[in-house]
Amino acid sequence: MRFSDFVQHLVNAFSLGGIYALIAIGYTMVYGILRLINFAHGDIFTYAIYFAFYGVTLFMLPWWVSFITAIFFTAFLGALIERIAYRPLRNAPRISALITAIGVSFFLQNFATVVFGGRAKSFNPQTGVYPAYFLRILQLGNVRIRLLTLITLSVVAISLLLLVWIVYRTKVGMAMRAISKDIPTTRLMGVNADRIISYTFMIGSFLAAIGGILWAMTYPQVYPYTGMVPGLKAFISAVVGGIGSIQGAMLGGFILGVSEIMIVALFPSIAGYRDAIAYAILIFVLLVRPTGILGVEVSEKV
Amino acid sequence: MGMVKRLSVKTKTVLTILFVVLMALLIAIADRKASDYLVLILNLIAINIVFAVSLNLINGITGIFSLGHAGFIAIGAYTSVLLTLPIEQKEMSYLIKPLIYPFNRIELPFLPAVLIAGLVSAGFGYLVAAPSLRLIGDYLAIATLGLGETIRVIANNAWSITNGALGLKGIPPYTNLYWSWGWALITVVTVASLVNSSYGRALKAIREDSIAAKAMGINVFSHQVMSFVVGSFFAGVGGALWAHLITTIDPKSFTFTKTFEILIMVVLGGLGSISGSIIGAAIYTVGLEFLRVLESPFKVWFINYPGVPGMRMVVLSVLLIVLMLFWQRGIMGRNELSWDLVASSFSKFKRGGKR
Repeated sequence: MRFSDFVQHLVNAFSLGGIYALIAIGYTMVYGILRLINFAHGDIFTYAIYFAFYGVTLFMLPWWVSFITAIFFTAFLGALIERIAYRPLRNAPRISALITAIGVSFFLQNFATVVFGGRAKSFNPQTGVYPAYFLRILQLGNVRIRLLTLITLSVVAISLLLLVWIVYRTKVGMAMRAISKDIPTTRLMGVNADRIISYTFMIGSFLAAIGGILWAMTYPQVYPYTGMVPGLKAFISAVVGGIGSIQGAMLGGFILGVSEIMIVALFPSIAGYRDAIAYAILIFVLLVRPTGILGVEVSEKV
Repeated sequence: MGMVKRLSVKTKTVLTILFVVLMALLIAIADRKASDYLVLILNLIAINIVFAVSLNLINGITGIFSLGHAGFIAIGAYTSVLLTLPIEQKEMSYLIKPLIYPFNRIELPFLPAVLIAGLVSAGFGYLVAAPSLRLIGDYLAIATLGLGETIRVIANNAWSITNGALGLKGIPPYTNLYWSWGWALITVVTVASLVNSSYGRALKAIREDSIAAKAMGINVFSHQVMSFVVGSFFAGVGGALWAHLITTIDPKSFTFTKTFEILIMVVLGGLGSISGSIIGAAIYTVGLEFLRVLESPFKVWFINYPGVPGMRMVVLSVLLIVLMLFWQRGIMGRNELSWDLVASSFSKFKRGGKR
């Protein structure tokens, strides 16, 4: 492989990894607080793409207005799901909450099939969802990079910085970190735990929505099951990085994105097994370090 | 609750034998007289019983939250089909890459094919269980989900074995009511006797508290592996029966949705209850057929309802969420349907609900 090809692949790998990281954060934050695998997170990602798509094609909004509206609608949807389906089960056995989460995911997929139709819709400049100059190719020496890839990388970077600022520099963030340690004690400190959990779902869905729209621009179509595979991979990223840890989710996302693109680039013959790479990494990491790379070892209580 | 009426062992044995004979008679009549559609539904119920009871052994009774059942079903289905598919059909199907050696010469009858399918699936179950059971709780769920999906990805790409995304067609339709209900009976009897043995009590102890179970001298790991392997065996058998019923399979038949459907049956019936799984499988299968109404147009008074394709899955997922929110125990909870229970509820009924 030539060096310029390598750089090209690396840039693509990081933009894919960044999208995984954005989705993985939603999983990890919810798990950190509620110990719940939010299976519906991947479908929230799908809905963000649909909202953005219909904002442009149905409501004739300019693309950026549509994207921003879609992101906020998705954040609201995430909080709504928590309110309806997860909050009543806060004290139920964990397995019930997990099955409910699977049910919500199943519902969102089937509802999308009924309402938006099962056929894939193309998400590209021809349908006007984003301007054509995003696809322009920039030439830096021998390296050819699409403008979209650079946009993806910078949006990911800004979002991650924003998140770190919220979690570590604001009161809401402090409350979130406190809740993930001990909910009853945090309540005693005068924190409205339910509201903070809603915020957590909103932030997670907000980031997933950004990831979703970036994903749809790179892989230009949307159908009811769009979010399933990236959602699963993002979840795997969160587990690989150590679920419950935000830095872990970012790290895991980049590890998964980079290894996926690089392995396919180095061994094109196994490209068909692309989706299995993530699972192979997952199983390997879980066996070597069952709590993930940055995860904290929790001793079993008797 | 009043006292549960106790029947003598002899009465119960007689009742059980009568019940099985009655079921066999009904199946024999259905096999001769019933329409093709009804026979299909009855077959599906039996196969779903095999699936649900085997998943319940793993998830409900041992408390290993496995989400990889579809993968084992796929292994069973593909193994059996590779063994039974007529050689000419194999030559016709494998267009991209020819089928690898031992399979392209083999054509076995149904029973050995199903048994081998179960054994291969159990073997994979052992391979999967040994490493992934080192994980606990949610991690285990994700690892098994990943493994199930990996099996599907492999099926999609191993062209010289599974014929990749094209799938396999023209599978001989060997599955009939005798095979499917016979295997359902074997599954239920095997799992029930396992659960009622000392192994079963150990499995339940592990479910309740694995640390306490360990302290009582139970080898937690080997019991969990055993349960997983038995569960995978029957998943494989069920997969073989299913493949020979629907006569076409491709990797898309074995997505996570398949696992999800089986999970609904188990939860509906009650996690940890074998009779619950049977009831859950039957209700789910029949209910799915009734919900077909929603997908064809009909008229209520003056409102025209245009059939919406996919609507029944929406209703189904809402039902599952509602079920989990308001009725987590399912139909049976962890109880089993027994003759004692039937007798006492019957006598309660006779007394006209005075109690």
